[in-house]
This record gives sequence, structure tokens and C-alpha cells, in this order.
Amino acid sequence: MDGDRVTMDHGSGGKLSQELVSKIMLPAFGNPLLNELHDGARVDTAGGKVAFTTDSYVVKPLFFAGGNIGKLAVCGTVNDLAMTGAIPRYLSVGMILEEGFLFSDLRKIVESMRKAADEANVMIVTGDTKVVDKGAADGIYINTAGIGDVIPGTNISPRRVKPGYDVILSGYIGDHATTIMAGRHELVLPESIQSDCAPLNAMVEAMLKAVPDIAVLRDPTRGGVAATLNEIAEQSSTGILLEEEVLPIRPEVQAVCEILGFDPLYLANEGKLLAFVDPTHTEQLIAVMQQFSYGKHACVIGKVNDQAPGQVALRTSIGGIRIVDMPLGLQVPRIC
Amino acid sequence: MTEDKDEKGKIADFYLKEIDRLVTRPIRLMEVCGTHTVAIFRAGIRQLLPEKVDLVSGPGCPVCVTPDDYMDQAIAYAERDDVILTTFGDMLKVPGSKSSLGEARAKGADIRIVYSPLESIDIAKENPTKKIIFLAVGFETTAPTAAATVLEAQKEGLTNFFVLSAHKLVPPALRALLADPQVHVDGFILPGHVCVVTGEEPFGFLPLEYHMPAVICGFEPLDILRTVYRLACQIQGECPAVENEYGRVVKAEGNPTARQLVETVYEPADADWRGIGLIESSGLKVRKEYQSFDAAVAMPIAIEKAARQTACRCGEVLRGIVKPTQCHLFGKACVPEHPVGACMVSVEGSCAAWFKYGSGRYSYGRG
Amino acid sequence: MQEKGVVRMCLAVPAKIIEKKDQMAVVDLSGVQRNVSTMLLPEAQVGDFVLVHAGFAMQIVDEEEAERTNEALRELNIID
Repeated sequence: MDGDRVTMDHGSGGKLSQELVSKIMLPAFGNPLLNELHDGARVDTAGGKVAFTTDSYVVKPLFFAGGNIGKLAVCGTVNDLAMTGAIPRYLSVGMILEEGFLFSDLRKIVESMRKAADEANVMIVTGDTKVVDKGAADGIYINTAGIGDVIPGTNISPRRVKPGYDVILSGYIGDHATTIMAGRHELVLPESIQSDCAPLNAMVEAMLKAVPDIAVLRDPTRGGVAATLNEIAEQSSTGILLEEEVLPIRPEVQAVCEILGFDPLYLANEGKLLAFVDPTHTEQLIAVMQQFSYGKHACVIGKVNDQAPGQVALRTSIGGIRIVDMPLGLQVPRIC
Repeated sequence: MTEDKDEKGKIADFYLKEIDRLVTRPIRLMEVCGTHTVAIFRAGIRQLLPEKVDLVSGPGCPVCVTPDDYMDQAIAYAERDDVILTTFGDMLKVPGSKSSLGEARAKGADIRIVYSPLESIDIAKENPTKKIIFLAVGFETTAPTAAATVLEAQKEGLTNFFVLSAHKLVPPALRALLADPQVHVDGFILPGHVCVVTGEEPFGFLPLEYHMPAVICGFEPLDILRTVYRLACQIQGECPAVENEYGRVVKAEGNPTARQLVETVYEPADADWRGIGLIESSGLKVRKEYQSFDAAVAMPIAIEKAARQTACRCGEVLRGIVKPTQCHLFGKACVPEHPVGACMVSVEGSCAAWFKYGSGRYSYGRG
Repeated sequence: MQEKGVVRMCLAVPAKIIEKKDQMAVVDLSGVQRNVSTMLLPEAQVGDFVLVHAGFAMQIVDEEEAERTNEALRELNIID
């Protein structure tokens, strides 16, 4: 890392975020569990194996089409637990409020959190609230932590990804980031575009019940599908080849990307997942996913290979191949 | 262009077969514009073309060719408490001699990214006590938008809006390249959006004076393949001309209104191109009548001229003499996380594009 | 286009004018709308497709040109 201070890029979920963790956090905290650097940790307790995760939410603006910071805070942590192969059970909520924040806005946020928690069938069991001076918290910052029961018989690990495996995406990409971005650049979006923020745990539970053998589940948030696939390619030492023609992208999202110069593969999603599975299970898995509203558009977007370990590439519409590399820094600031 | 996937594949195959048939000796084509460098990589075209067709990048990345002292000036302005700097996003990470706009922003400078220079007008109206300076960087495509913004500011009677001009012109740069004995190019892929404004005429000197094939090219994958095919035709038939393969938006006469606005506000001036040096009449500076909108005149700022010496070969990369992979800093000391030269910083910089799109880094095909 | 996602200067996209007033117009691209200036293209009318760059309409898009290219390919039997 250059420089002596944190920049916005360090919060992007890309290479610089990784450097921040590897150069400052790991030397201080490192241990075998943390070093796996999964979104959630699976820990042994006196009661058995438990999944444990945390996330903080600083999205700006606080309210957007399809949700708000509160809904994000619940769904994000619920999804992280689900991606480790666990059934989310309990959340904690820590709030930092800026002096002067309106009660009416706070009520809307907590109401959304309650609705999301109900849909996800989790309980918010503990929390904390602090207030800071005007100007210090952009309205509100939220941290949620969660625990869940690891589903027995599942073994989610990038090391299990093998050449020949299918890469499945649960639906349209880029909706969340586009919704957040459009407001900042004076673009008017049709109402069809909303944040895809949603709790995926019910769908994940059904997926794991039908195909306990799923190798990896991951939700492509900051840094988008590109960041997530690059992490998995590196962690599994395999190559991944995507097909451009089948990527599910809404025309409106494509349009915003063309106007502003973004690549949908790098845009954050808050209600999507990627699954890596043995191709003999693909048809069955997609059928299960399509029964859920959050998986209606599930499809195979690519395949794992052993030709270029650690690298993600894309076959273009004219048959050429281009690399999809790990994002360096910020695509869109304050996206989640 | 065609929407059907199989149709695209068939058309691509046709052009590729023809290119293979027509090209009988190794040829080198220069994609002048940075947006083309990126488009070529994104379409995966390099692997599809036969080895005998070599594509090299040119100096058409306005961010890459912006010299250190312009960036130092911009940073010095941004650091003033009474200034709000507005800029296109690509400029944020460009290195000056000591720092960058991104670093200045992290330290508190008010720097705002805009999609359109017109956004500066609103910012100027909302902040009457501040001076709003727009970094007017770009080629012939962008200069009219900055000129229009100056005229709009004048119409609205604004006294707190300024531009800091670093506009550059493409034809003089191509002349400078052709006069350079180290540059060997068999044809030019001309920047489609520059030509939307200029029309065909300013590039007529290429076939007329240098017997050089040139084709005006769009940005879709098939546009680029068709352009390479047409260049191959011109080379094989020894019939160089300026051909327009982007007729959807490039008219032979270009956009006269846009050119008129540029001529109203700006006049040609000698300009310094990073990596190439001074090129006569290759830039634009604000005319005397509009100097109240010229930051350099209305609020001159003195900066130390620091010549940054690096071992980087950006200059040769920008002139298509070497490929980024031939600079020994590429991929080692110079990577996007810590760039040495401007070619690695800019999104459309040749080195950044080569690095990002993996030339030579992957096993799916040739780099 | 990069990890960057920095709002880039060199992009231009075709969009349809759906409203026009004085020197401003509203353009629509796949349902996404934005205000653009018509200072550089005063002759543009509602219904025209225009090339948009940095918040300005730069040129009217000639749809027939694209068709002409396809015609040439059809004559060579490359496509149907």
C-alpha cells in the first residue's frame, strides 16, 4: 500500500481492501479461523458448530428504491450466514446515530429491519445505540452480527471446486449499485430498477437440502461478480470462464453502465448468489432456485477449468476472450 | 448493429477470414484512441486476429498525455480553500510530480467528479463565494462541451467559473508520430468520436501526404473487425484513403456547430504531450476575449517546475514504438496499485489496459 | 471497462430524445433518462436518436447506415 492513510479505495472490497486486511488486521489478529477470510466463520462451541459473522453498513443515500440501510443491514448478515451453509438464527444490531437524525427516519429504518428479520425468520436479540455529534455519522451507521446453525452434511469450501464445475448465478446483476449510482449522476431510472436487497436464506436452505454437495456459495456484494469469482478462483486454484451472451443484465442497468462507464460484473448486488456445483446436479439445483422469487432467473453463467488457474475470463459475443480481473479500488463509493 | 448472436459470430468469422487472406506480410496498425485500446481488449480481438496483424496503441489517451505540470497546477488550485475543482473521474489518480488529485481529496481538498462540465455551472451558482475550476482535458470530442460550458457561464453572468485548459488535438499528434523515425505503422484506426466532431477532412493528410491508410472506426466489436478488414484491403490494394466505417454517427463534414463553438472560445496553441514533448499547434488555449474564464490568466498560480525522472517507457508506449510488456517496469514496479507512469494510471492508458486485460498473463490464447 | 468505474470522459452512447425545451432535451436509453444539452446540435428533434457525450447531444444517429452495412453483408451471403 502506498501512502500513510486510508483512502476510499480501501473500502471497495477489491485488491486494496485485501491489502488493508493482510497488512494491518491479520498481523494483529491472525489465527487459523480468521485466516480463512470467509465472510462468516464456522466455530465450535460447547453446543456444536455455529456460524458467526459481522458486517457494517454505511450506504449513502440511506433510503433508495427497494430498500434502506436497515433492510441492507439485516439481509447482508443473514446472507453471509447462509453462504457459509448455515441457518441464520440470531442477530445483534449496533447503531451509531448522528445528533439531529429524525425519529421518523429511524422508525422507517427499524420497521424495515423488523420486516426483513421476519422474512428471514431470524430474531434480533441484542443491540446497542450510540449518539455522536452532528456531522459525525452521516445520519446513521449500522453494524449487525449474526449466528446460525451450520447445516449438517454440507461442506462449503473453495478447495472443493473442481474443473468442470458449473458456475450458477441466481439472477440479474448490478441492480443495487445502479439504483444507488443513478441518483448521484442525475440519471432517472424507470421504476423497474430497484435494489435487489433480499434475504436469501430460505432459498439457500432448500438448495442445500436438494444438493448438499454444493462446493461454494457466495454473494457478490462489493466488487460484484468479478471480485467474488476472482477470490474463489484464487482460493481454489482453478480458472473460470464466463459466457458474455448469457449474463443476466437488465437493459436499463446496461444503459446506465454504458453512459457512466461501469462494467456490470463489478457492480454490487445485495440479493444474489453464486453457486459452484458438480454439473450432474446443475439442472436439479436450478429447478429448486427457480421456485423462489429470488432465484427466478437463475442460470449457468460459466464453467470452471484447469487452463488458467486463479484467473477469471469471459468469452465475448464475437468469440474472443478477455480477462475479468480483481477490481483494484472503488467502483461506487458507499454502496453498502 | 446486428442483435443476433449467431449472426455476430458469422460476420466476425467473415472479417477474420478476409483479413487472413488479404494480409500477406506482417502489418502494424495503430489504434490512436485509448477508448479503442479498451474496446479491442474487451471484445477479445487480439487473440482472434492472425499473428501477422499487430495492433499497437497510440497517444490518444488524453489523461495519459497530460503533463506533470498541469496536474501540479490542478492540485495547487484544489488545495486552496476558496476553490472547488470539478473534473472527469479519470483525472483523479493521474500522478503529478509529487501527488495526485485523489490524494489531495483524501487530505480535504474540495474536488468533485462530474459527468458533464455543465454540472460545474450549477456548482458555481450554489457556491457564489467559491471559485469553480473545471479541468478541461480531452480531445476534439470534449473540447466543444467545455467551450459550450464557458459560453453558458457567460450567458448566465457567472464570475466564479473557470476552465484550466489542457485540450489536445489529434491530427498534429499523428503528424508528429509520422515524423518520428522510430515509429513504424502501416495504417491508422481513427478515433470515431473525435471524427464525429472533426469530420474526415483533418485526417486527409494521412493518405495524401504520407500514403497512409486510415479508417474511421466505431467502438463495437464488429466495427473494429470491419475496420481492420478495410485497412487490410487498403494496404493490399495500395490504395490509401480516409474511409469512414462509423457512418452511423460520423458525417463527412463532422459537426460544424461544435467546431464553431470551439473556435469562438479557444485558439490553437503549442502543447506539451507527456512522453512525446512539445507539438506545435496541438493544443487549445482560451482566447483573450474569454480570459476572465481562463483559470491560468484570471488566477495564475506559480508552481515549481519539477521534472520527474523515471525509468518508465510511457513515451515509447504512447508512440506505439514498444508494447507495454516491453517496458521492464511493467507488471513489476509499475502496476495499477502503484503506477509509475501515466499509461498505467488512466483507465484507458495502454499499460493499464494491457495489465488489466491480462495480455500474456493467461493461457486461453496469445496475448 | 475497468475496475475503475470512475465516471469516464470518453464515452458516447446513442439515446432517443423524448422531450425538448430551449437548449435542453431529455434522452432515453432503455428506460434510463437524463437531461442533455442541445447546444452542439440545435437541429435535433424529439424522436431523433442522438449520440450523447459528457451531457451533450453530439450528432444525430443514422440508423439507415447500420442497415446499409448489413445489406452489404447480405449480398455476400454472410448473413440472411
